[in-house]
Amino acid sequence: MNDIIVKCLSVNKSYKDVKALININLEVKKGELFGLIGADGAGKTTLFRILTSLVLADSGNAFVNNLDVARDYKKLRNQIGYMPGRFSLYQDLTVEENLNFFATVFNTTVKENYHLIEDIYKQIEPFKNRRAGKLSGGMKQKLALSCALIHKPLVLFLDEPTTGIDPVSRKELWEMLRNLKQQGITILVSTPYMDEASLCDRIALIQHGKILSVETPQNIKKNYPKKLYRIEASDNFALLGLLRNNSAVNSCFMFGGYLHVTFNEELKTENGELKIADNNNSQFSILNSQLKEIEPSVEDCFIELMTK
Amino acid sequence: MDKKVIEIKNLTKRFGNFTAVDNISFDVSKGEIFGFLGANGAGKTTAMRMLCGLSKPTSGQGFVAGFDITRQSENVKKHIGYMSQKFSLYEDLKVWENIRLFAGIYRVKNSEIATKTKIVLEKIGLFGERNTLVKEIPLGWKQKLAFSVAVFHNPSIVFLDEPTGGVDPITRRQFWELIYESAAEGITVFVTTHYMDEAEYCNRLSIMVDGKIEALDTPKNLKHQFNAQNMDEVFQKMARKVVRIEN
Repeated sequence: MNDIIVKCLSVNKSYKDVKALININLEVKKGELFGLIGADGAGKTTLFRILTSLVLADSGNAFVNNLDVARDYKKLRNQIGYMPGRFSLYQDLTVEENLNFFATVFNTTVKENYHLIEDIYKQIEPFKNRRAGKLSGGMKQKLALSCALIHKPLVLFLDEPTTGIDPVSRKELWEMLRNLKQQGITILVSTPYMDEASLCDRIALIQHGKILSVETPQNIKKNYPKKLYRIEASDNFALLGLLRNNSAVNSCFMFGGYLHVTFNEELKTENGELKIADNNNSQFSILNSQLKEIEPSVEDCFIELMTK
Repeated sequence: MDKKVIEIKNLTKRFGNFTAVDNISFDVSKGEIFGFLGANGAGKTTAMRMLCGLSKPTSGQGFVAGFDITRQSENVKKHIGYMSQKFSLYEDLKVWENIRLFAGIYRVKNSEIATKTKIVLEKIGLFGERNTLVKEIPLGWKQKLAFSVAVFHNPSIVFLDEPTGGVDPITRRQFWELIYESAAEGITVFVTTHYMDEAEYCNRLSIMVDGKIEALDTPKNLKHQFNAQNMDEVFQKMARKVVRIEN
């Protein structure tokens, strides 16, 4: 049974002295919503550009729907949709003209595949005579997504579609992706927002050109090696300094209104308090009510993998 | 003690018949970390441009760093720092040259620039890179450098427009530690962000919806008021009030 639709085998890519991708091995299954999670400069865009046949790898092979991305690029391009991180539609064409243009380039019509884009496109249809350059960020993105979908691709590549977008629009976009997945399209999406990782079926965590882990979000969390505690203090920043310099503490990071902390030894609390000796041999306590064991988030896992 | 560094009253900005900023009022105290939230198109950038003396209000008044934003905008500019994710440093200048340039523009004394440059670069771990072109250093380092440049002339307030976009989770947190340190030294921080966990690091937050400030309080009180677990939930609940169509 061959349900693998995207495959990378030992892919390497360098730009002069910079190693953008180092020995990337990756498989994405048909119909998956797959997330590539990492910071700017991690190699996400380079990997997408190789998979969409826009850049050649230095070594290794990559396949999309059994087509070699280097050799069979002409066939491949008919079967994939790509939405780059930077808005790259024609700014001086209208919304409707852009959509017609991309449909025509791929030898199809807007009418033929309208059902695929209907949910997304009807939100911007009232502005169909407006030039693309005059649209707001959220509307540009909806148009770009419509254009990437109009030829009914098997695989859709979205490079950082949510960067710089407010939390509400981000949520909307993820709902659109969920709907597209229902229609059988395989989706690869990259993002620097760790909280979006949990919305994917599987994720690859990528840092400095290397893949740290490929797993379901649930399993990544399960593999977190330590007990994680959440601490809330009146002055989290001051407590961060105290804990970080303490030998009992393995790691300590700010997470919203809390600190997330792991310890080197099993925690023992006495009389409802956790006593921690600081480096000057004086003690400070954290009340049990301030302390709670929690399930790690993907961001906790990413930090843990980064600092290994 | 509770000195006001920003005082805004009934500030409004119209473009034609479109009201981008609609009668907003608030104060920010010295040393406070003030988060300025809102959806894309809510009016944050327009409001921030007025506070920085770059755009004149249609009506209302404001004082920033003790100066009138309408009549003394040049003085406002001299006493604030500004950093945005999109533009802050010259890529084809070296690390030290960027500091030299901006410090000069803000009229920091030459004798002071040399000694302070060393201190600042050592603090952010970039002294060894002082002769490197900015385009050759990683984004996370650039952001720390851009922040240090923005506060180099010791402004009373620094405006940060989405300062942490795109960096890894550890660098993002290191950046916030720089913010806390500056605030502890008395620099007021006015920051916009789309990361809702970062919103919780602020002392107080305002949320703009359709040009108006619809909520303003500590993160704790906002969560309580909206019966929410975290700021993301607060934001999602607030944003449902949006009526204005994006344009």
